[in-house]
Amino acid sequence: MEILIYLTIAGIVQGSLYALIALGFVLIYKSSSIFNFAHGELVMVGAFMCWTFLTIDGFSIWASLGCAFLATALLGLLIQKFFISPLTGQPILSAILMTLGIASILRGVATIFWGSTWRTYPPIFPYAALDVFGINIALQHLLIFFIVMLAFGLFTLFFQKTKTGLAMRATAEDHQTARSIGISVSWIFSLNWMIVCILATLGGFLMATSVGVVIALSDIGLKSVAVVLFGGLESVKGAVVAGILIGLLENIGGMYIDPLVGGGTKEIVPYVVLVLVLMLKPHGLFGLKRIERV
Amino acid sequence: MRRPCGEYSTTYAKDKAVIRTKAQWVFFVGGMILLLLLPSILPVHIVKMFITFYVQLIAVMGLMLLTGYCGQISLGQAAFVSVGAFTSAILVSTYGWPFPISMICSIVAAVLFGLLFGLPALRIKGFYLAMSTLAAQFIIIWLINHLPSLTGGSDGMRVARINILGFVFDNSIKYYYLVLVVTALFTYIAVNLARSKIGRAWIAIRDNDIAAEAMGINLAKYKLLAFAICSAFAGVSGALWAHYVPAINWEHFTLWESIWYLAMIVIGGIGTISGAIFGTAFIRILDELITYLFPIISPVFGGIDEGALAGGLLAIYGLVIALFLIFEPRGLARRWEMFKSWYRLWPFKY
Repeated sequence: MEILIYLTIAGIVQGSLYALIALGFVLIYKSSSIFNFAHGELVMVGAFMCWTFLTIDGFSIWASLGCAFLATALLGLLIQKFFISPLTGQPILSAILMTLGIASILRGVATIFWGSTWRTYPPIFPYAALDVFGINIALQHLLIFFIVMLAFGLFTLFFQKTKTGLAMRATAEDHQTARSIGISVSWIFSLNWMIVCILATLGGFLMATSVGVVIALSDIGLKSVAVVLFGGLESVKGAVVAGILIGLLENIGGMYIDPLVGGGTKEIVPYVVLVLVLMLKPHGLFGLKRIERV
Repeated sequence: MRRPCGEYSTTYAKDKAVIRTKAQWVFFVGGMILLLLLPSILPVHIVKMFITFYVQLIAVMGLMLLTGYCGQISLGQAAFVSVGAFTSAILVSTYGWPFPISMICSIVAAVLFGLLFGLPALRIKGFYLAMSTLAAQFIIIWLINHLPSLTGGSDGMRVARINILGFVFDNSIKYYYLVLVVTALFTYIAVNLARSKIGRAWIAIRDNDIAAEAMGINLAKYKLLAFAICSAFAGVSGALWAHYVPAINWEHFTLWESIWYLAMIVIGGIGTISGAIFGTAFIRILDELITYLFPIISPVFGGIDEGALAGGLLAIYGLVIALFLIFEPRGLARRWEMFKSWYRLWPFKY
């Protein structure tokens, strides 16, 4: 029983990270109906950038995180301007392949710069554990969960209260209407990519604090695909719920199914969920069901 | 289809011919003779290049039929190739079946997997379908790694050479002819499928599936057919690949391979079989060029290590894909058409 509780906690923390990464997918899909396959690579590049700044002498955590945010926001702007915006009006296949191409470029450049060795961060969160009714919860887990929830809260506020947030939602709703009321859609797209890159960096940073960073970290992006589809492509709420559900499923399922199939269940659970969701409920938990006309 | 002026189709047989003009006949027959003589003219490593090219071409043509003609995006072609490869490898190496039968079994196995993961296509399309095939990619590779008694697990397995009635295909030149014949056969099938009733139904589905359904095209049937045929091509490609390399493992069939297959059809030109040929040739030549130039360039930058080479390859491929999508989304096949209409009119502009 105790193991189940620990696995639940690990699952929730892992799931909240999935949710944070899935949020990046959802934001880009909502605004430009492009599914960003390069998101995992952005997470990886963000984590590597944090590592690079952290290794420079005299950079505190906050300074390096801030610099990494700036650098990746610039990267997002470049991607939008040079790679994504020329594709306006092209079929879906072009968009998919373009983001895959970007993924390939980012992965390649990261391999050249940072190599394929495992990099670990200096200790960032204090090693401590809280005792809740006899269950030890690592402070690190608690902090990660707290930061992710804080990020989600801030985002909700941003989209509900600020003018820019409203403009972004209007753009997501309908490009032409947004343009007609004076919103610069291309600026919103750029802003969107910048925000998504910052989110990816945050996700990468939080993940790397516990496991370190390596090129293969980008595989998390593809796993979050399952989260996004499970929750519904257009739904922020869906990303949170599905993220935590898949995190739980992966951890608890991994524990109980592994002995039966000889290990490695964790890697495959998200994809099995993905196929099941696509077969049974293609629009996810909270997604919009589109009705199509010719 | 563009034709030179003065070429009229005066009979039905002429109208439906693939090869129309005398010049095309000359190029076709000349090209075939060249390909047949190739092993005796060129050194062995170029023959090997051609074998890889043919094997990939079969898989790419299958993907072209599925994605380029029917519009169903697949991110799992490499996984279906792996099904074909491992089926044939297991049947020939472990059970000693003859190759022709094992190849048919490869096709059947790949088609079954293709249909299974193509099933969601009946309800979903676009991104959602791409995700389903992405899941296929990961699940199939996971299965290969977790069935060590059958596939050798993550170490892979050694594969026996093909032996047809005592004739062993044990060197590249013998294998070249086998692959050439199979590729020619499947090119013929692909070209004719694309312009048959089936191909036209696929094009209608690609352009607008709801309109196609309204015209009386059975969506479920034709979409599944596209998945089945695509996987069949993948199965053949896999079977040929397995017996060419001495050992196969899952690393030959990763997601990136699937992505390159997709890149090949886009670089070549969506919706044309010639595009599949151009795209595959382009990527193969690029690959060879980089591998050839690497030892020359490496000292200039003070010695680049192998890891950086792999990274550089990835980055260059990604950049090529991006540049094609931005500057020539209709691919090399369109450039070829433009070149043809240019030389037909030369020295006049129009």
